[in-house]
Amino acid sequence: MTDKTVHTGKNAGGGDVRLTGISKSYGAFTAVQPLDLTVPQGSFFALLGASGCGKTTTLRMIAGLEEPTTGTVFLGDRDVTDLPPYKRPVNTVFQSYALFPHLDIYENVAFGLRRRGIKSVKKQVGEMLELVQLGDKAKHKPHQLSGGQQQRVAVARALINHPQVLLLDEPLGALDLKLRRQMQLELKRIQTEVGITFIHVTHDQEEAMTMADTVAVMNGGRVEQLGAPAELYENPRTTFVANFLGTSNLIEAEVVEAGTELVVTAGGGKLRLPAERCSAPAATGGRLLLGIRPEKISLAHADDEDTIATGRNKVTGRIVDTSFIGVSTQYVVDSPAGGALQVYEQNIERDTRLVPGAPVVLHWNPAHTFGLDATQAIDAGVETVEDAA
Amino acid sequence: MTVTDAPPAAEPADLPVRKASARKRLVPYWLLLPGILWLLVFFALPMIYQASTSVQTGSLEKGFEVTWHFQTYWEALKEYYPQFVRSLLYAGTATLLCLLLGYPLAYLIAFKAGRWRTLLLVLVIAPFFTSFLIRTLAWKTILADGGAVVGALDALHVLDVTSWLGWTEGNRVLATPMAVVCGLTYNFLPFMILPLYTSLERIDGRLHEAAKDLYASPATTFRKVTFPLSMPGVVSGTLLTFIPASGDYVNAELLGSTDTKMVGNVIQSQFLRVLDYPTAAALSFILMAVVLLMVTVYIRRAGTEDLV
Repeated sequence: MTDKTVHTGKNAGGGDVRLTGISKSYGAFTAVQPLDLTVPQGSFFALLGASGCGKTTTLRMIAGLEEPTTGTVFLGDRDVTDLPPYKRPVNTVFQSYALFPHLDIYENVAFGLRRRGIKSVKKQVGEMLELVQLGDKAKHKPHQLSGGQQQRVAVARALINHPQVLLLDEPLGALDLKLRRQMQLELKRIQTEVGITFIHVTHDQEEAMTMADTVAVMNGGRVEQLGAPAELYENPRTTFVANFLGTSNLIEAEVVEAGTELVVTAGGGKLRLPAERCSAPAATGGRLLLGIRPEKISLAHADDEDTIATGRNKVTGRIVDTSFIGVSTQYVVDSPAGGALQVYEQNIERDTRLVPGAPVVLHWNPAHTFGLDATQAIDAGVETVEDAA
Repeated sequence: MTVTDAPPAAEPADLPVRKASARKRLVPYWLLLPGILWLLVFFALPMIYQASTSVQTGSLEKGFEVTWHFQTYWEALKEYYPQFVRSLLYAGTATLLCLLLGYPLAYLIAFKAGRWRTLLLVLVIAPFFTSFLIRTLAWKTILADGGAVVGALDALHVLDVTSWLGWTEGNRVLATPMAVVCGLTYNFLPFMILPLYTSLERIDGRLHEAAKDLYASPATTFRKVTFPLSMPGVVSGTLLTFIPASGDYVNAELLGSTDTKMVGNVIQSQFLRVLDYPTAAALSFILMAVVLLMVTVYIRRAGTEDLV
């Protein structure tokens, strides 16, 4: 990967962050359910979830700002559960940045070094300010800087200590969209450059997917699913993950044939999916939630049904709404199989017959279908989905 | 809607808008007016009057006349500088004591009191429900010879130390510098606590977390983050305590002796007993000048204008 010897300093070789059975309760309310989590050293790890899902509490327990009700926090082989925050080799980038308003940028960045009794901080602070491209702002006070600049100071102030783990608590939440995209790339660049473990808390699924190597989706104080962004997106195991990460069409179906390939019926039609992509136990006569991502579906006018290759999953319906996005067009199709289905079609060759009211056939490769346990709420995680463009 | 219609239609509509904006511009002045009038009548005019008094000569029988007799200032200062020095010393000591007593309390109320916060704040200002005079007189009883407080201090040999320092005399506390300073401290303590509380309470709790996260122990966090950020409160608290305390005469009058007279007592007796108005006026102006100078230097040194 990168040249780690330059930056990891005295904390090199520390190891993974391991949480074992960690939980947090406030009176009767449980913010984090007992949780086991391992964050490999050097990885960019995202805790993703809606507000109140326990992701920030988990982060604060790693930082030492919150005392876990049960469980243990390990940094490498060291149990740090009872260490106060100022004795942990961990630093945090706070949501509101929490820069010291009475100190200039230079002193803000030097704060951690000075507290550890390091006298000659000039070179390090200078280098760090260069890394975040704020070399000319050293003598400014925090309130004289823009939001994005303050954010970079907050990152520099934490990173200069070469922590074993850098914790980022929704660090981009206060920035506007464009700046946020820019800072995402910036943070990713810095992480690759310094090779420190980053644990990033966010409610923005796109942010988590673009930045992190591994994403843990949290809901109601639990980790719903953990994996690489593509893995989570392609193979969601719960309806929450399916709906929270991007958009999914979920269709209630009944299993008619179980085997290496499952055959199900939904709205009168037969659909197929590979058994290994079904996270629920499937037996003939059982119920399933069948999922398909909107961009995997192709749309054909009902008149052209014959041209669709055999072996593809087919569902009929009628267009109720279209919206032209530019690179793609989004269709909402009302289907007997499963209510309003979303379809994203790339604007390569537009079929002018595909207007609201037109009868259509939706078809897709059965391999792209996934199956979920039908006992879950079908709309879990839906209301929190932002624009998935 | 035609294009030619637009300009004439716009102009009459524009006028009332302009009038309204002119009226809006005057609003701040209207709001200022009562305050300015008040200051003019009850501050500026008396100041001018006192300034002219301070350069008059004459006597009550023959009448006073403006003779630009600036020597009064010099003579007043020469005669009463011990009282000046004492005033500043007592007020300074009382301010320091207020800060030492008030800071922990303000800190507790701001950060640790939780649901007791309001109650504690009410308790801080509760003394104001009773007259200043009554409260000061009560201290006469508290510090009375042979009383519980003096007895306890004597038994603990505290009085030996304070007497050796010249703060008390023998086993008496009343009519000593200590009694006056205690009275001043007590009476001005709320003026210290309230601004301290306000500035402490405004500190973002996340800054404490950030400091802790950046290897600052609780003590260092206080030294490097909390205290510097509370400086506006420290400055305004010390000013609100020191300025009135340096001009106070009630505490020295009721709790002190002839040896603990402060400049306020001198001014009061010059005005009301000796009836030497020019000296009294001159003393007032000297006190004002000294306090103003000290405050200016203090604020410069404290550098609070840098704080957000």
